Amino acid sequence: MAANPMSQFDVYRIGPEIKVGALDISFTNASLFMILSTVSILLVFNLGSKKNSILPNKIQLLAELSYTFVSKMISDTAGSKAKPYFAFIFSLFMFVLFCNMFGMIPYTFTVTSHIIVTFVLAAFIFIGVTVIGFIKHGFGYLKLFVPSGVPAVLLPLIVVIEIISYLSRPISLSVRLFANMMAGHTMMKVFGGFVISLGIVGGWLPLSFSVALTGLEILVAFLQAYVFAILTCIYLNDALNLHH
Amino acid sequence: MVKKIYFQSIFFSFFFIKEAFAAESGGMPQLNPEFWVSQIFWLILTFGIMYLVLSKLILPKISNNLESRKAQILENIEAAEKQRENSDAKLKEYDEIISKSKLEANSIFNQAREKAIKDISAKREVLDKQIDDEIAEAEKEIDTLRKNAPDKINKIAIETSSELLQKLIGAEINNSSITAIVDDLSKRNGEKYYGN
Repeated sequence: MAANPMSQFDVYRIGPEIKVGALDISFTNASLFMILSTVSILLVFNLGSKKNSILPNKIQLLAELSYTFVSKMISDTAGSKAKPYFAFIFSLFMFVLFCNMFGMIPYTFTVTSHIIVTFVLAAFIFIGVTVIGFIKHGFGYLKLFVPSGVPAVLLPLIVVIEIISYLSRPISLSVRLFANMMAGHTMMKVFGGFVISLGIVGGWLPLSFSVALTGLEILVAFLQAYVFAILTCIYLNDALNLHH
Repeated sequence: MVKKIYFQSIFFSFFFIKEAFAAESGGMPQLNPEFWVSQIFWLILTFGIMYLVLSKLILPKISNNLESRKAQILENIEAAEKQRENSDAKLKEYDEIISKSKLEANSIFNQAREKAIKDISAKREVLDKQIDDEIAEAEKEIDTLRKNAPDKINKIAIETSSELLQKLIGAEINNSSITAIVDDLSKRNGEKYYGN
């Protein structure tokens, strides 16, 4: 491994180059960890839903706790109308969470530390929410940009700000996750490099820092998945129940 | 409003950070578009498959499990409630039976005591009568014995004194004179022994 803290984010081909037309869809380490995450999610939840015992075993408890956790999050933020989108938000939360957590294992690749991945997710959410909003409310959905109770003089300015804030949603959503993951992993790599370069004498301080950072990063990994899911819920809430 | 400002500031700050990084380290791997298409393709593929499997197969099962557990728990609670009511009723019944039997036992005890007291008093009366009869008989006997006692004593005294005199004097003495003396003496001394 190179000392460059950014080299951990390198994407490289595993196996032969696969091309469909002009598009390169080769299997890479990123694809490997996407598959690993999805397979482990399916494994955990399949095992957790297989047996229905009144006293759940550990894996069943895990699956059911996650289920109730996400369903409570959705009903709290977006209300009962968001129920049809439960499976999507659940998959989203679990996918981001597992990708983040897989990234915490040394020598692995963090799928969510790539802007393109988070941006595709965020853009899909943005487009989906906008489409849902227009389907539910027609052109009335545009009222989202006109908050009630604002003086008429300020209205043009507010509308412009609202439109910008709405359009920046996919960017803020994707950049938040990507930047958090990238910054955390870079920092851990940098401190790890300090441990090596300072050696047995001075390496203890960055080592302890590294240990603390690992704990923090695990927290961040969970928190960012949660934030990603809950922001999706909030956007969905805007589309389903027009508040403004 | 604060939230929006926060989002925008984050967005702009990262925009600048990205620029700085790109200038410094010869570009982040994230901004190299070489594998973007591949990442998008695999993301859509894996996420899509996962979403389909989760939403069609696994999540309905989990919600089913949760609901059936909830239903069963409710059922059990209902059954428990029913049983509790049953046991309460039984407890009341039991209390009633106990108080009733206590009353019964009390009355039986009282009856038995009265009966026993009656029996005892009847028997006592009979026994008292018997004892009284016996005492009366004994008293009668004593009376006759007492009445006869001085006569016998006098006779013994007369005979003894006549024999005594015969041995002392050696002559036959008239019995009638001795009888008179003894009678006289016994009358005087009788008062000392039978002074009633």
